Parts: sequence; C-alpha cells; structure tokens
Amino acid sequence: MEAALSLVVAILFSVAIYMLLSKHIIRMLLGTVLLGNGVNLLIFTAGRVPAITPPIIPDGADHLEAVTANPLPQALILTAIVISFSFFAFLLVLAYRAYQDLGTDDSDEMRVAEPEEQGLPPLGY
Amino acid sequence: MGDGAHQAGFIALALPFVAALLAPALTRLLRHHAAWILALFPAAIFAIVAGFADPVLFAQPVLFGFDWIPDLSIRFAFRLDGLSFAFALLISGIGTLIVLYAGAYMAGHPHQGRFLSFIFLFMGAMLGLVLADDLITLFVYWELTSITSFLLIGFDHEREAARRGAIQALVITGGGGLLLLAGLILIRETSGLGSLSALLGAGDVLRDSDLYMPILLLVLGGAFTKSAQVPFHVWLPNAMEAPTPVSAYLHSATMVKAGVYLLLRLNPVLGHTALWETILPAFGGVTLITGALLALKQRDLKLVLAYTTMASLGLLVMLIGAGSHAAIEGAVLYLIAHSMFKGGLFMVAGSLDHGAGTRDIASLRGLAGAMPVTFAAGLLGALSMGGLPPLYGFLAKEEIYAATAGLDVRALLLTAAAVAGNALMFSAAFLVGLKPFLGRRHDGLAHAHEGAPGLWIGPLLLGLAALFAGLKPTLAHFAFANPMASAALGSPAEIHAAVEFHWGAPLALSLLTVAIGVALYLGARRVHDVLHGGFTAIGWGPDRGFDQAMRGLLRGAFLLTHRLQSGRLDYYMTTTFAVIAVALLGSMAAGGGLPVLPAFPHLFFYEWTVLAILVVGVVLVLIAKNRLTAIVSLGIQGFAIALLFILLGAPDLSFTQFMVETLSVVVLALVMTRLRLQRADHRPWREVLPDMAVALAAGSGFGLFLLKVTQTPFDNALTAFFGEYSRTIAHGRNVVNVIIVDFRGLDTMGEIAVVMTTGLAILALIRIRVGRRGEPHPDMAEAPE
Amino acid sequence: MRTVIFRFTAPYLTSLMVLFSIFVLLRGHNEPGGGFIGGLIAASAFAIYGIACGVAPVRRALYFHPMAIAATGLLVSVSAGCISILLGRRFLTGLWTFPDVLGGIGLSTPVMFDIGVYLVVVGAITSIALALEEGDD
Repeated sequence: MEAALSLVVAILFSVAIYMLLSKHIIRMLLGTVLLGNGVNLLIFTAGRVPAITPPIIPDGADHLEAVTANPLPQALILTAIVISFSFFAFLLVLAYRAYQDLGTDDSDEMRVAEPEEQGLPPLGY
Repeated sequence: MGDGAHQAGFIALALPFVAALLAPALTRLLRHHAAWILALFPAAIFAIVAGFADPVLFAQPVLFGFDWIPDLSIRFAFRLDGLSFAFALLISGIGTLIVLYAGAYMAGHPHQGRFLSFIFLFMGAMLGLVLADDLITLFVYWELTSITSFLLIGFDHEREAARRGAIQALVITGGGGLLLLAGLILIRETSGLGSLSALLGAGDVLRDSDLYMPILLLVLGGAFTKSAQVPFHVWLPNAMEAPTPVSAYLHSATMVKAGVYLLLRLNPVLGHTALWETILPAFGGVTLITGALLALKQRDLKLVLAYTTMASLGLLVMLIGAGSHAAIEGAVLYLIAHSMFKGGLFMVAGSLDHGAGTRDIASLRGLAGAMPVTFAAGLLGALSMGGLPPLYGFLAKEEIYAATAGLDVRALLLTAAAVAGNALMFSAAFLVGLKPFLGRRHDGLAHAHEGAPGLWIGPLLLGLAALFAGLKPTLAHFAFANPMASAALGSPAEIHAAVEFHWGAPLALSLLTVAIGVALYLGARRVHDVLHGGFTAIGWGPDRGFDQAMRGLLRGAFLLTHRLQSGRLDYYMTTTFAVIAVALLGSMAAGGGLPVLPAFPHLFFYEWTVLAILVVGVVLVLIAKNRLTAIVSLGIQGFAIALLFILLGAPDLSFTQFMVETLSVVVLALVMTRLRLQRADHRPWREVLPDMAVALAAGSGFGLFLLKVTQTPFDNALTAFFGEYSRTIAHGRNVVNVIIVDFRGLDTMGEIAVVMTTGLAILALIRIRVGRRGEPHPDMAEAPE
Repeated sequence: MRTVIFRFTAPYLTSLMVLFSIFVLLRGHNEPGGGFIGGLIAASAFAIYGIACGVAPVRRALYFHPMAIAATGLLVSVSAGCISILLGRRFLTGLWTFPDVLGGIGLSTPVMFDIGVYLVVVGAITSIALALEEGDD
C-alpha cells in the first residue's frame, strides 16, 4: 500500500508544482489545493498503513488492543485540512481582489511591488 | 604595579568617552566657554599618562587588562611602554589644545556640542589604539578610529563634498582595517600568541613562519590605508572638508599616525627582512615625492598642509623601512616634530581663515600687523617644518640625513628622495607660515584681526614646545624619543642629536635642502603653474578612480539585484522548486541512497479503483479547459481522497475532507464565476518543457523520499503512548480526537487561532472597496458601515 | 439554484444539519467526530441556507456576526485551558468531573475546548462563505 501511495503522492506533487509554475493565478490556486492534498497524503503515508481499523478503543477496553491505523498522523492531518481550506479561501479572495484591482490574472503583469523599470539608484554621495 | 595604577590606566581610557557624553550638555549650558572645562579631560589624561613615567621611561612596560572572551583567549588588555607612552602624551596633549581651539573656532556653531563629542570619541579610540596590547582589542580601537573619523570628516553633512570625503575615508581606512584584521588573525593562528607583549618577546616566530608574506602584506594593507600611502592617499586631502580643528588633530598626531604607529610597533617582529625593507621604502619614497609635489600645486592653505602631511607620512614609512638604527631614530624624532609643527600650522591656517576670511595663498598677504601672535606661531611652525635650527625639526632632519647618507645605490636613492621631499616641504612650510604675513596688505583683508585666545594659544604653545625641545634636546630625547626608539627597535637606544654644528654629510645635505627650498619658495607661483599644468595633463588619478569604483559597485549591485529579484513570480517559483528537487534527490543520492524498488503492491480491486479515480481527477484538473471541468475535477480528486481515508481506517479524516471538499467547490464556484480561467494552459513549449522537468523532478523527489522513509523501520513509541493512555488518562476512546483536544491541545489552539485570523483577513479583503489602481475611489472618503 | 423547492426545504435542511453537527461534536470524544468536523457541517449548513435564500436571512438567523461567534469560540477554548491554571495545574491540563445528576456523562475541560473549536470553525468558515456569497452587492 505504501508504495502505491508514494506513487500517488509523486503524481499529486508533480501536477501541483507544474500548476504552481503557471503564470495564471487561478491555476496556481488549484495547484495549492492539490499541493495541500499531496502533503496530507505524504504525512499519512509516512505514518505507515499498519491496519485499516480506525484507532478507536472498543467499548469496555482500556487500551488500543489490536493493531489499528496510526492515530498520530490523522490528528496532524485533520487540523491541516481545515487550515489549508481557510488558507485556500484566503488565496482565492486575494486572487479575486487582485484581479479586480489590477485587471489581470497574469503574475508577470502584477508588478506593483517590484516595478519593471526601476532606474538606477542615486549614484551621488 | 599595584591595582591603583591599573585603575588609573582604565580611567585614562574611559575619560574621553565620559567627556563625549558630557560635551553636548555642557556646551548647551556654557556655550563655547564649555571648551575650557572640557579641555581638563585630555589634560587629566595627559597627567595620568605622565604619572607612569617612572616605570615606563626605565624600560618597564605597564600591563593591565582583563579577560574579554576567554573561550577565544581574547583579552581587553593594554600595554604602556615607551612607544605608547609618547603617543598617548601627544594624543592627549595636542588634544587639549585642539579642544581649546575648537571652542573658539566653532564658537556659535549650532552643533558645537556634537562636534566636541565626536572629537572626544575619536580621542578615546585613538588612545585605546596606541595603548592596546591584545591584538583584537587593537583592531576594535583601530576600526573605532575609522568610524569616529567618518563622523568628524562628515560633520558638515549637508555638503556633498563633506559626505564624499567622509565615505571615502571610511571605505579606504575601514577596508584597510579589515585587511589588518585578517593579518592579526593570521598572526594569532601562526604564533599562537594573542598580545603584542607576547609577540615582542617571541623573537623570530613570525619571520620564520611560512605565512610571513601574507601576514606582512595584510598588515601593511591596514597601515598604508590609514597612513595615506600612494595610492590610498586620496582620502587624506578630501578629509579637509572637515572643520579645521579636525584636520589639525587627525593629520598631525593621530589618525594618520596610526599606521606609522603600527609599523613602529611591529618593526621588531616583522621588520629586518628583504620584503619589509623593499616595500616600505618604495611606497614611502613614492608617497613622499608625490605628496610634496601635489602640495605645491595647491592654493588652499589647508590643502597644502594636507599634501605635506601625506609627504611626511611617506618619509616616515620610508625611514621605518630603511632598517637601520639611525633611520628608526630619525623617524621617531621626525614623528614627534611633525605632530607639533603640523598641528600648529593647521591651527594657524584655520585662524587665518577665521580672521581674514580666506585660505587662498594668493590673496593672503601682509597680515603680520593684524595677527601678530598667529604670525609668531606660524613662523615657529614653519621653521620647525623647514628643519631650521634651533627648532626640534632641525634635529629630526639632521638625524634623517645621518641615517640615509651612504654611497650604495639604495642609500643614494633614499637620500635623494629625502632631500627632494624635504626641500619641497620647506617651501610649502613657508608658504603657509610666512608668506601670508609678509608684504602689503590686500584691500579685501582690511578687517583681518586676531581671534579669541583659544585660536592662538594652541599653535603658539606647540611652536614654543618645538623651540624648547630644540634648545633642550637631552630632556626631550629622554622623555620621548629614546623610549619610543627603544620600543620600536626592540633594544635600548640613545639619541644624541643636538643643535650644534658639525661638518659632515648631514650638514651639507641640510644646506642643499634649504637652498632648493628657498629657490622653490621664491618661485612659488611658477612652480605652482608648472605643477598644476602637469597634473591637469595627467587627468586621471586615484581620486577619480574611487568615484568610478563606487559607481561601478552601485551599478553592479543594482544589476545583480535586478537579475536575482526579477519581480517575476514564476522565476522565484521555479528556483524554489528546482532547489527543493536538488535537495531531495541530491541528498538521497549522496546520503542514504535511493529506495529499493518495491514489489508490485497487492491491493483490493476497490482500492485500485479509488486510487485511479484520484489520479484521473488530478490529471483532469491539469488539463481542464473551462471553469466547470476544473471545479468538478478538483471535487473528484478531493472526494477520492476522502474515500481513500475511509478505506485506510481514518473516518475522522474522511469526514473532514468530505466537508471541506464540498465547501471548496461551493466557494470556488462562487468566485470562479467572476474570474475568467484561460481556456487552456497558455505556456509556450519552451516554457512547458523546463516547467515540466522541474515539476517531475520535485514530484518524484517527494515520492522517492516518501518511499525511502517507509522502507526504514518505524518508531512506534508515540503511537503506542497515545493508544495506551487515551482512555485511562484522558477518558476518550477516539484516540484522534483525544490527541487533538487533549494531548496536543496547545497545537490545536494555535490552529484555531490561524483559522480565525484567515477569517478576519478575508473579511477585511472583501470589505475594502477596491477600484482600478490610480483612480481615486468615491467610497474612500465614506466612513465604513 | 434558487428553485422554489430548494428555498422551501433549505431552512429544514439547515436546522437538521446544525442539530447533526452538534451531535457529531459531542460524540467526538468516543466515536468519529469532534469540533472540527461538527463545525464544518454546521458551516456548510449555513452556506446552503445562504445559497438558497440569500445572505440576509442567514445573518438574521445567526443573530450574531459569524466572526463574533468565532471569537467567542477562541475565548471558550482559551478559558478551558485557563481553568486548570486556576486550580494550580499547568495550562490546558484536562480536568474531568462525573456528577451523579447526569448519569455518568463526564463534564470536562477537553470537551469545553472542543466546543470552542467548533465555534471557531463555524464562525470563521460561515463568515468566509457568506462574505463570498454576498460578493459585490
């Protein structure tokens, strides 16, 4: 299972990064969603897949008796999913506002912070 | 020596900084009269240092200090021996007069307090420099003099020329300081000794080292930049942009002498080698002649003095490099004489400027009647500088000629350089100290007058001191020259020079010098024209070279920044991911090796199906041609992951993922309808291939890395802990939830704070009414609802 | 989207989902569920309501501003952590009490903490969704 998941992770990362390298902010946005999913799967797989029983202590027992799925990466990922969603929503709104404000969705044309023509710095003393 | 003596040493070192703190407040309170009180500080230092005469003059250095960084065996340590004794007295003695002079010269200046404060800071730095024993302490004070002189030279920071002079001095002397630091560190490394005292006792340890040449070159780099040797001399004349008290102080006894001090100090450990005795005379000789010629080209009194200072420094370096006992003795005598006459003459130039309103040689004339005291001071200074009896400068010149005179080629060269340089300086001396006072007064100078006492006390005292030292040479030699020469030679020295006529080579050379000098003085105008024409014809010089270098540096930095910070997001992204790919794949290839190829995984049919749906969804997102396809396929891959989680025993994750995907699709649909998505990826092929290569490399890097991780043994400790105690301690059966709300509650608290913050940020982004850039928006003036 | 049927059923659907979300929140400690999931369910419920009937009715129904709800949630969570400080234990130590009245149901600071998480997620995400639904109007 881990091998198959590794392959899936590789595909997710490759596609996500390829989309992030695009110049259109919407594509980059989709890329970040894929990247988030890829990272989650990566953490999940790194915690191994020892069993497919949920890590829930049966009624009456005091400990996790049988081998179950690893709860630790699950706890990490669960919060990560929610955070990457709010992050995604923020980026989406930011992109939307930037599009409204600058009239472009091409990252090459968004040059407010680092203008194209910046003349030489003052050369005197 | 007892503790009391050590305390006195530290007090002397601290006093200038105390004075620097007090100066602004005192000046505000007492205006320029504050200088009379402030001058007590350097006077006190003079007294404290003089109090050490008993041990020091009898060849017993005083050492004091404490551990600073013991792990690196760096100490904050000082050494008071003959050389530093004389320097400390010059610095504090002339410093006292300079403070008095500055009080009168800068009277009424709105920033006089700040100015005096800078002077004291510089004095403290210089004092620490000549007293430092530990090499690192020495370097710290060395750089401190560079920084404080930057403040002083750039004091009139509203003028560009002053700023330029200050920056030039800082770049050149500060840069030299870095060379010196490298040299000092090399000295520490090769010899294992961290202090001058230890080095002076260690004999040939540096001369025998393989690193002798780099050490020497680095140390000389520091000394030559500070002491303005060609081609690093340019900062010295440009430092004339500073107010005259600064020039009088920096260019007589202090700043520029720091390099000479270092050479004298290290002469016993680095000197007496072919390299030393080649480089020093060569640079010194060239500097001497260049400086003297440039001096006669000038018409501004201060610039004349500045270039003669450069020439004097060249003479000193040349003598130190000559190697003989007599040469060092000559250098020491000249150094003391120069500190006095140059300090005095600079102050005279300033007083002339103050009293007559100009520093132009051609227009200053006939001021003897109007400024008699200044005239006396100027004449004494000129006589000493010209090396005429009975002043102290005469002794120095005699000793120099005695040292250089000889019949081999080297001696002839040195002698010729010394005679030529001295003759040129002779005429320069009288151009400053005599010419302005002779002849008929110009109409424009009718208002010329003698200044306040502070303006003439300093130069007069220095002139009288030179006269006294010339008349009573035994005392002067005993107190200054002998201990200095002994320390610089590393063996006891006794100087006998006195004002008495003895026939021989020195006298003949002196007469020759005076003859040439008088001729040059009489033909000064023609000499000036010839030199002016000559240097103008050459045109380019290191001064212009400095400007070009600075401009080149700025342009280069700009181009580099422009190249690295292109402002293009995809460029940054590509770089980031390429580096990540190299880091992942490279570290695996170099370190633990690539993972072994796993066996074909045996999965259930439905597991394959879910994985396939996931991959198809991902690929569909990539190739989506319109918004709807993109949103739907993003949903498909998200739900496939949710399914995957439930298959792998993570119902909580599955649930969360499911809800988040739903919300994502809703939110995306809401916003995407207002945005246009390009029909397809518009990248041209020449961008597609590199992007794809980077993406595949980074992606496969992550995949392989993960595979490698899963092929290492799993450490189950944490998981076992949570499984063991989730119920018994935290009363919860859902281990995942217990981890979130209990075991790792603090993390969760941080995470909900992040969620909350993004919520606020989004709200803010939406509330801001944006218009097209550049147009004032009508809503801007309205209050928010 | 705003068909009559959808508009008619949306309030019921929303209330059902909110009820369900509270159920998921409370059972979270022992069965799959918890504050994050419950919060997401409730937030989706309000988002659906907003899509069906417009934003204004949702805001009226919620009465408080969503970000105020989120802030309250953060306050609840932090207070849950502070209770243990008041009792001389370290910040965020889980405290449990099993009063007889409730028939064995435990009251605890972790559950309180989880309720805080729930409120933050509901508030923040509802705020985002509603803000986007409002758009440029």
